[in-house]
Amino acid sequence: MSTPVLLAASSATTEHRPLIIALFGAFVLATLVITVWAGRQTRSAADFYAGGRQFTGFQNGLAISGDYMSAASFLGIAGAIALFGYDGFLYSIGFLVAWLVALLLVAEPLRNSGRFTMGDVLAYRMRQRPVRTAAGTSTIVVSIFYLLAQMAGAGVLVSLLLGITSDGGKIGIVALVGLLMIVYVTIGGMKGTTWVQMVKAVLLIAGTLLITFLILLKFHFNVSELLGAAATNSGKGAAFLEPGLKYGATATSKLDFLSLGIALVLGTAGLPHILIRFYTVPSAKAARKSVNWAIGIIGAFYLMTIVLGFGAAALLKNSDIIASNKAGNTAAPLAALEIGGGAGSTGGAILLAVISAVAFATILAVVAGLTLASSSSFAHDIYANVIRRGQATEKEEVRAARWATVLIGIVSIALGALARDLNVAGLVALAFAVAASANLPTILYSLFWKRFTTRGALWSIYGGLVSAVVLVLFSPVVSGKPTSMFKTVDFYWFPWRTPASSPSRSASCSAGSARSSPRRSRTRASTRNWRSSPSPESERTEPHTVRHHPTAAS
Amino acid sequence: MATEAPPPPRNGTETDRGPASPTTEQFVEVQEGAEFGELRRTYRSFAFPLTLAFIAWYLLYVLLSNYAGGFMGTKVFGNINVALVLGLGQFVTTFLIAWLYSRHAANRLDPRAEAIRTRMEGDA
Repeated sequence: MSTPVLLAASSATTEHRPLIIALFGAFVLATLVITVWAGRQTRSAADFYAGGRQFTGFQNGLAISGDYMSAASFLGIAGAIALFGYDGFLYSIGFLVAWLVALLLVAEPLRNSGRFTMGDVLAYRMRQRPVRTAAGTSTIVVSIFYLLAQMAGAGVLVSLLLGITSDGGKIGIVALVGLLMIVYVTIGGMKGTTWVQMVKAVLLIAGTLLITFLILLKFHFNVSELLGAAATNSGKGAAFLEPGLKYGATATSKLDFLSLGIALVLGTAGLPHILIRFYTVPSAKAARKSVNWAIGIIGAFYLMTIVLGFGAAALLKNSDIIASNKAGNTAAPLAALEIGGGAGSTGGAILLAVISAVAFATILAVVAGLTLASSSSFAHDIYANVIRRGQATEKEEVRAARWATVLIGIVSIALGALARDLNVAGLVALAFAVAASANLPTILYSLFWKRFTTRGALWSIYGGLVSAVVLVLFSPVVSGKPTSMFKTVDFYWFPWRTPASSPSRSASCSAGSARSSPRRSRTRASTRNWRSSPSPESERTEPHTVRHHPTAAS
Repeated sequence: MATEAPPPPRNGTETDRGPASPTTEQFVEVQEGAEFGELRRTYRSFAFPLTLAFIAWYLLYVLLSNYAGGFMGTKVFGNINVALVLGLGQFVTTFLIAWLYSRHAANRLDPRAEAIRTRMEGDA
């Protein structure tokens, strides 16, 4: 029955293309209506950057999940489990555990001490211009890497699902994704983007729940039976259910995975598009609640991807999954087709269309969040506070943010189109590595270390950023391996794909050396910084109001 | 700490809401006070050790997956092996820690923070 799956899948995608396009069109239409509605309520900078800070903990939790569960985690993890069994699951765990860092250390103090961007938290205590430049640079670098991976992935994925193979078609799809994301962000601002994330999260959870339920039904709700069938059908037997198929090959790949695990756990709470989400709620308490919701939703989602992945391994032939996409990215849609009744059946076609439309929605919501993070940081940190030295009006700032969105959108369409045939999956790991090495340590030092200085912050950000980018540039992600971005050239000497652990350490060393710096910041910011209570409920003790008092300077 | 840039322009819609902000002196006074020190200690003595604990537990799991394949492959029942049980254990501990922290924050941190804030705003 599964022999003609591949052929059937491609013919099914062509045959049922109208259905997929109709579902996708409905999503686009609904989100555009929401965007226009949100745009009409977006007036102040707080509206544009932080959605007016009026979202509830639950809404923001849903939006965080929508922002975080990218196509890479939806299709990528299900595919990795379908191909490599346990190692795919192992990969997903770091993405969840990471949220505890956000919950325990970052979300609440960040909400209390910042306004719109990561740079705000640092500028609270340090000299504004240098730290904002650094924070803006790192935000934009992380977001562009992440964005590029999503855009190129979108092209590949949509081509596969719609059966488009021509170069023009792929470029057209990347351009469409880019255009929609520009519209969402410029018109809807944070409010529109947040609603898009929420709609997407609900669709993603509903779609995954449906397929998970159907797969479990087929295996009589017996997980052991499902795993057994997956192990047998994969042709790898018990090894399929044990660690080692993907990351266990050599000593290098093992260390690489350890490094990846560290990058995932420490990187999540340093991702700019996640950080700015904590500003959309009215209080630190609501920020805590939203992370709790996010942990629940994301945890449930990854538990379902286990069923999805092992289900795909049990239902489909390994060779068919690989033939459709080498990385297994289409395993989940193929499993949906199979569980719905197989190729040619109406049920299969409908499920395939649903999952494909959910995947589009996922890509759109994530790229919108990333674009918003980078354009906010450009407008608020670099334009308003560095270039205009704080003299820009709110209107000018928001206008700059909109133009930055258009610019970033165009750049990412161009890069995404150029990179459409490169293997850019490693760029996501790079984004996590930079977030873990540059952003998170700097945020934590700034929040919890009284004697942290401007110099320490600069070393921490640039040290982490440069070391991560340089190491990846000379790693197999970029050159020298069949899976590299540039296969034909070979200039790698650094063997690991995710250099998170080394830069993390170098960043903390450099920051540590700043301790002896004569410029001790005898600031009291550390008090107000954190739940010090003065601020939660409203904007009234925003950091900048404190600066109006001359004595704030020591 | 000196700032290079002048303060950002006052934002009408954001800052004029609610009572006047406490002054810098009041913030410093509160920071140095015992009540705030107690609040900070209550938070840190809970969050920091817990963070170390879950990171250590996660690293242990990754190291076991990397270097103890035989142990991880031991069958517990049916096709469920130790690796799967430990992996699901990571989910369980994550949910558990989130719940523990939220309970701690609601019971021990929020009331104290609220008390300090009410007093400061009353004074201001």
